[in-house]
Amino acid sequence: MSIKVRYFASLKEDLGRSEDILETASLLTVRQIWQCANPQQTLPNPILVAVNKDYADLESLVNDGDEVAFFPPVTGG
Amino acid sequence: MNDNQLLRYSRQIMLPKIEVDGQQKLLAAKVLIVGAGGLGSPASIYLAAAGIGNITIYDDDVVDLSNLQRQIAHHTPDIGMDKAISSQQTLNKLNPDVNVNAVKQRLAGEQLDVEVEKADVVVDCSDNFATRFAINTACVRHKTPLVSGAAIRFEGQVSVFTPGRDNSPCYNCLYQSDGEELVNCATNGVVAPITGIVGSIQALEAMKLILGIGETLVGKLLLIDGLSMEINSMNLKKNPTCPSCGGMGVT
Ligand SMILES: [Zn+2]
Repeated sequence: MSIKVRYFASLKEDLGRSEDILETASLLTVRQIWQCANPQQTLPNPILVAVNKDYADLESLVNDGDEVAFFPPVTGG
Repeated sequence: MNDNQLLRYSRQIMLPKIEVDGQQKLLAAKVLIVGAGGLGSPASIYLAAAGIGNITIYDDDVVDLSNLQRQIAHHTPDIGMDKAISSQQTLNKLNPDVNVNAVKQRLAGEQLDVEVEKADVVVDCSDNFATRFAINTACVRHKTPLVSGAAIRFEGQVSVFTPGRDNSPCYNCLYQSDGEELVNCATNGVVAPITGIVGSIQALEAMKLILGIGETLVGKLLLIDGLSMEINSMNLKKNPTCPSCGGMGVT
């Protein structure tokens, strides 16, 4: 399965890249996708995730061809 | 409306989606703005200029020199003044039609409930998670439309929640309260115009809710990256097990 993983805004700056293409053998959750793509970095909490532009939680399953997008949270005012 | 008002609002009244009727709705409207900082400044300035008749602003902070880079309702001579009062002076000077109620207090508890119930629209310009969750809970309880905005670094986010209507999600469907307290502008920095962009979008969304025109950001989160000038949105949906709105009937 091929999954496109995208990182936005300051997350992109922090990780130093804007996307990964993951080839996975089994069905993974959003959380597992992050771990596969970023084994050195713990998943930030909170974080915003969209799968194919729909809000998703960390336990959502990701299917072949899906695009998973990670966005940093924002609360400042 | 008198002749002066017809002239003052003429460029808005000219719009077929607004006209005299719409302007009268704006003049009769009550908007609660929580926070008179980076977002509250542009949001309140645009809402006052546009002729929102009744604006209530809460902020417990005092104007500091480090605020002036982005909090455009406050000016250099206002340093040391309460932000609520400084905002009130700016808005009164801009548009004497507007009845500005400014309170130097952190809006919480019973007072938050009372203010949210009175408001037609709440504009969340606060700078912390705890206040955002409290405002959301009160808006869900009173089914008051909420325009939520946030900004940090070069980034901004905006959404609209209309609890009890259109199967709207709420802020708590989007963010869960088990996360760590987030970074703020004092520790992370924020570039001046991003707060202006987000606060201005909040003002526009509030006006659309009052006027009942267009499509608001209900069910959508707008994500703005000012550095790459990339604007994304994600579709939100109501979480049936949301601790804040999960018990509300599906319409
Ligand atoms: Zn909810």
